[in-house]
Amino acid sequence: MADTASGVPIGRFRRVWLYALCFLIVLFLVLPTIIVVPMSFTGSRFLRFPPEQFSVRWYEVYFNSVEWRDATWVSLKAAVLTMLVATPLGVLAAYGLHASRSKWARAVEVALIAPLILPLILISIGIFFLYARLGLNNTLLGLVLAHACLAMPFVFVTVLAGLKGYDMNQERVARSLGASRPVAFLTVTLPQIRFSVFSGALLAFITSLDEVVVALFISGGENATLTRRMFTALRDEIDPTVAAISSLLVALTLTLLALGLVFGDRRAGGRS
Amino acid sequence: MTEAANSAALAAAERREARGLFLLCSPAVLMIAVVVFLPIGWLFALSFLNEQGGFTLDHYARMLHPAYTRSFQTTFELSFLVTAICAALGYPLAYLMSQTSTVWRALIFVCVLFPFWTSLLVRTYAWLVLLQRRGVVNVWLQDIGLIEAPLRLVHNFTGTAIGMTQIMLPFMVLPLYAAMAAVDRDYVKAAASLGASPLKSFWQVFFPLTLPGLLAGTVLVFVLCLGFYVTPAVLGGGRVLMWSMSIERSVAVYSDWGAASALGVVLLVVTLAILWIMNRLFGVERFIGGR
Repeated sequence: MADTASGVPIGRFRRVWLYALCFLIVLFLVLPTIIVVPMSFTGSRFLRFPPEQFSVRWYEVYFNSVEWRDATWVSLKAAVLTMLVATPLGVLAAYGLHASRSKWARAVEVALIAPLILPLILISIGIFFLYARLGLNNTLLGLVLAHACLAMPFVFVTVLAGLKGYDMNQERVARSLGASRPVAFLTVTLPQIRFSVFSGALLAFITSLDEVVVALFISGGENATLTRRMFTALRDEIDPTVAAISSLLVALTLTLLALGLVFGDRRAGGRS
Repeated sequence: MTEAANSAALAAAERREARGLFLLCSPAVLMIAVVVFLPIGWLFALSFLNEQGGFTLDHYARMLHPAYTRSFQTTFELSFLVTAICAALGYPLAYLMSQTSTVWRALIFVCVLFPFWTSLLVRTYAWLVLLQRRGVVNVWLQDIGLIEAPLRLVHNFTGTAIGMTQIMLPFMVLPLYAAMAAVDRDYVKAAASLGASPLKSFWQVFFPLTLPGLLAGTVLVFVLCLGFYVTPAVLGGGRVLMWSMSIERSVAVYSDWGAASALGVVLLVVTLAILWIMNRLFGVERFIGGR
């Protein structure tokens, strides 16, 4: 029974069961998020599958609402700025750490990925507490700074992985031929790790765009993010407008994921 | 210049350069230190101070109050349950990924990573829509006649567990798959050629070799569950009070920074203790570190 050629230690009959089980698990992973997309094209106030009549009513509500539009604008601005802050910092840190081989390297590495490990709720109330003293609550600057702290580790980890697969001797050659270190980095190293940098930047963008908990505490008023407004809307009632926004976010994510697969570093698909 | 002096000068230059390179980390380190570490240190100090600024353990003593202990109990129960289901679902899926053809593997990989990339809030919202009283799941179950009245699937423990399981599953599958992909197939073939039944070679050869991955996934999922806020807050509908929600309420509703800090510090200590012990015992770090 055992398929010894491929080393599969299960019989063929059991394998059918395994495929069936895994099919269900994959459906469980993907289907709930996908099914909201057709449901959002409903004309009624209740979300059904399949929707009773096709309509873009809730998309109109979304695009015509000043509140939702403002929140979307804030989220997009914050995501772009977060990416612009987190990417250079993460790349610099990864390069510095990789090239210097300091005895403190391990400690710095742990410190830089700490935002991924520490409980997010604790980080959030900490930032809220700090910002209350600095007057940064409900400001775009504060939001971007906080999101950059959460996003930078992804850039750092991705680029560090990219550098590990890169031969630093190439940069040494460039420098021995007269290039300064910055020039050697920009013209020799950076073009070769660009896929990791691209993946890291993409992750930074998405991290900021999707972030809820920190935004819940520190973004408000005219600088409330989209996710914050969605979260508040969810707690009160099931508003079909949120289904429309969710569908748009899923579409955006899929586009970015496709971009990531085409232009990014395939090894760096994961994030938390 | 003598050779010794020359090499000393070279070594000094190298040290200087290494120091300069190391400084490139400083903007990132500074940002994390000010925005993340400083406030947490501040909260740590705050958790030991009473309103007059004197030393007190009151905030910690208060955590023994039933209102808090109940939230700890809920948190641990939910985290254990979700972790166990994730392990039960994640193992077969990772196993299939490690055994199947490249095309299937890539396809499953995309499906496992898809929830990773889609917004947490969007996925949570989807469950809210599916599981509500007149949601898709209840309507379908009634249509095929499995149930008479709609089940209460959301705004309670059940809904929270279902949603959290789906959201945590990728964190279980990825380290598991990494461990399984690293298993040398020849071991399994050797067991088979020595007469072990497929079942026996699986349990006695393959399974023990994948235990580090299973442990890494288990630790990761469990630790993430302990501090989880968004999904329990939405799918629990205020009826499932988790540790993280006690913290949020202490701040947002009661402005009780002492209580919030103490709760946060204990959560941090428990999280780090679990990570540290598991890393010490099983070296799970190498499976988590690469994600």
